[in-house]
Amino acid sequence: MEPATHIPWIASHLWLIPLLPFLAGGVSALLPRRCRKLSAGLAIGAIGISTLLSFCALAESILRGLLPHAGRQWSAMQTHEAWHWLTEFTWFSYGTTSLKLGFVLDPLTAAMATMVSFVSMLIFIYSLGYMDRDKNFTRFFTFLSLFAGAMLGLVVANNLLLFFICWELVGVASYLLIGFWYHRPSAAAAAKKAFIVTKLGDIGFFAGLLWLYHATGTLQFYTPDHTGALEQATALAGLPGIMGLSLAGTIALLIFCGAVGKSGQWPLHVWLPDAMEGPTPVSALIHAATMVAAGVFLVARTYPLFQASPQVLTLVAWIGAFTAIMAATIAIAQNDIKRILAYSTVSQLGYMVMGLGVGGMAAAMFHLLMHGFFKALLFLGAGSVIHGCHNEQDVFKMGGVKKHMPVTFWTYFVGTLALAGIFPLAGFWSKDEVLTAAFNWGGGWFHKGPFALGCIGVFLTAFYMWRQVCLVFLGEYRGEKATVGHKQVGHEEAETQHETVPGVPHESPAVMTVPLVILAIFSAFMGFSGLPEHANLIHHFLSPEHAPHHVNWFVIATASALAFAGLGVGHLLYGVKPLAADEPDPLKAKLGKLRDFCRDKWYWDELYEATVVRFANIAAVVVDLGDRLLDGVTVGMGLLARGLSFINDKFDEHAINRSFDGSCGTVRLMGRCFAALQDGRVQSYLRLVAVAAALLAFWFFLK
Amino acid sequence: MTTLAHFQILASLLFVIGLFGAVTRRNAIVVLLSIEIMFNAANLSLVAFWRYSPHPEQLSGVMFAIFGITIAAAEAAVGLALVIVIYRYYKSIEVDGMRSLKG
Repeated sequence: MEPATHIPWIASHLWLIPLLPFLAGGVSALLPRRCRKLSAGLAIGAIGISTLLSFCALAESILRGLLPHAGRQWSAMQTHEAWHWLTEFTWFSYGTTSLKLGFVLDPLTAAMATMVSFVSMLIFIYSLGYMDRDKNFTRFFTFLSLFAGAMLGLVVANNLLLFFICWELVGVASYLLIGFWYHRPSAAAAAKKAFIVTKLGDIGFFAGLLWLYHATGTLQFYTPDHTGALEQATALAGLPGIMGLSLAGTIALLIFCGAVGKSGQWPLHVWLPDAMEGPTPVSALIHAATMVAAGVFLVARTYPLFQASPQVLTLVAWIGAFTAIMAATIAIAQNDIKRILAYSTVSQLGYMVMGLGVGGMAAAMFHLLMHGFFKALLFLGAGSVIHGCHNEQDVFKMGGVKKHMPVTFWTYFVGTLALAGIFPLAGFWSKDEVLTAAFNWGGGWFHKGPFALGCIGVFLTAFYMWRQVCLVFLGEYRGEKATVGHKQVGHEEAETQHETVPGVPHESPAVMTVPLVILAIFSAFMGFSGLPEHANLIHHFLSPEHAPHHVNWFVIATASALAFAGLGVGHLLYGVKPLAADEPDPLKAKLGKLRDFCRDKWYWDELYEATVVRFANIAAVVVDLGDRLLDGVTVGMGLLARGLSFINDKFDEHAINRSFDGSCGTVRLMGRCFAALQDGRVQSYLRLVAVAAALLAFWFFLK
Repeated sequence: MTTLAHFQILASLLFVIGLFGAVTRRNAIVVLLSIEIMFNAANLSLVAFWRYSPHPEQLSGVMFAIFGITIAAAEAAVGLALVIVIYRYYKSIEVDGMRSLKG
């Protein structure tokens, strides 16, 4: 730990990073609808400055973390200990205790804040082009700023309560943005679904938060005197919790519930694909790059609690692995370009959670950061395609877009290879790290399970991405004739209220393609920050106390072979002979019923419909009956009360008021008599005095 | 031979006349004049008591009378000033018309 006196400027002004977008959002909320440029300028300016500040924070952290003493060799540059800079303030006091909130700058914060703000900035710029003709442009940027502020607040928080507040704000912003086109019933329903499903997880998170406060008496992650909630994790591991877990494990499990909801892990993944109803930049921003990463970030932030409980880590690993494979199988049979990417996101989040579960916190965070870049790239690319194809989202009605939209194609191609994990793009290095961590996780078949599932996931990932690329970009354009009169109801309304004019696709404006190019460059080269072994800067940076893994050629070879196999199979099915218009998916013939199972998302929605929703409906009926019963009692009580009050009223009227009025009347009459004496004439007063004096004198003399 | 009783009867008569005037007349100036008469009745009474007292060398009665005359003069000045103000305000000095003391 640095002494408190030596804190760099950026660490003590970390709060500026979330505050600026919040301010921008607050100001543009007050702007009238016509101030489009001002609102967008405010939002982009604020997030731009936040990005700069985040880069400052990152630079400071790198100086502190990787280069503690100038002149050392690279290999000896690790400090081998965790470190952080803290600032704290008191929110309010009650009695002798006070609730402290604070901000922390450590490698995790720095890396995450940089990724979030940078990607957000690019997406904001992209939105300028994408939301160009939307009449609620100002509102859109207000919500975007609110979202970015909340997300960055969550990243810099040094307090679980502050974290939770920002977490919920992120949820609200997400609700507002998914339901941005609230006039579409499907968008309104998706927004509600996202909000309610994530709230289920948040209940667990909140319970964990309260329990943590009860157990440690603080919600600060770290404190200067090492009594923060996370610094007491080892002590908590010794206390009993529930279900045979230690107290640390119990709390970690509850907190993980929140992460499951927010990061779309099974069984709460169902909201994420539906959230694609929002505008595409929102899908890119929230449901790919940043917000869903909040769950993974939460686990990474509270990782000491998880480390203290191997059972919970095992559960985390299996849930992650299962989610990864399940979502990948669903993704191979989807037709909607954004839904494919959405399930891909769920799947990649599964990888991250699996990475966390198998103890590779740095690997998971590395994958999160890389995924943020290439998934944002893919979503923005998909948005560009949708924009160019006149709001068509069905990949079977696209095709041959490559020659119309070259920039979009090449950037999308880079993103695809990065996601598939092809050497030497970002996804290769990060997925390799996660898989290596999974491979090294304990012994026995049980511990190899996540690794095996992850490997199958790699194959499926490459397959569905290449399927998508073939369908969208290669072959001939199938949309021209098919769009007229054939569109599904959900897509009938133009995404950005553009007029749906059938015709050839067109390239998007520069304001949309430039962010794509920047993201493509990052997706291509950022992976080199996480080369295996000693050159793994990101590992040294994020978890300096653990040595990185050795190069595992078996894992690299397996993963790469599977990725190429996936691409190959995808090309055989979709690339060699491009599909004609209205030709069915070749996968249908190959997989049969299994493909329907995947297309219908493993029937999770139907399962929930039949169980959770039905249960809720039955409960609603029961509660309604109880309500009616209670209502009857209430009405009876009301009638009784009215009867009593009638009697009371009469008594009041005749007994109490009448007598009181009588006495008042007497007083008033006397007052009127005496008031007549005081007529205001001086002479009558004098007369009274004279008569009184005479009478007094008379009485005096008679005595 | 005039005795103390004669003086006191005269003083009483003057006082009653003044009081009668003060109570009955409507002109504020006449009311003031009546009040002056009552003052002088009191002064006469005081001087008479002094003249027939066992120690007339002590000038207490005369002093009372002189103070009374002085105060009467001052009171007349203030009273007339008030009459003028009242006249300016009501355009009248009829005391019957002045009822603002009524609560």
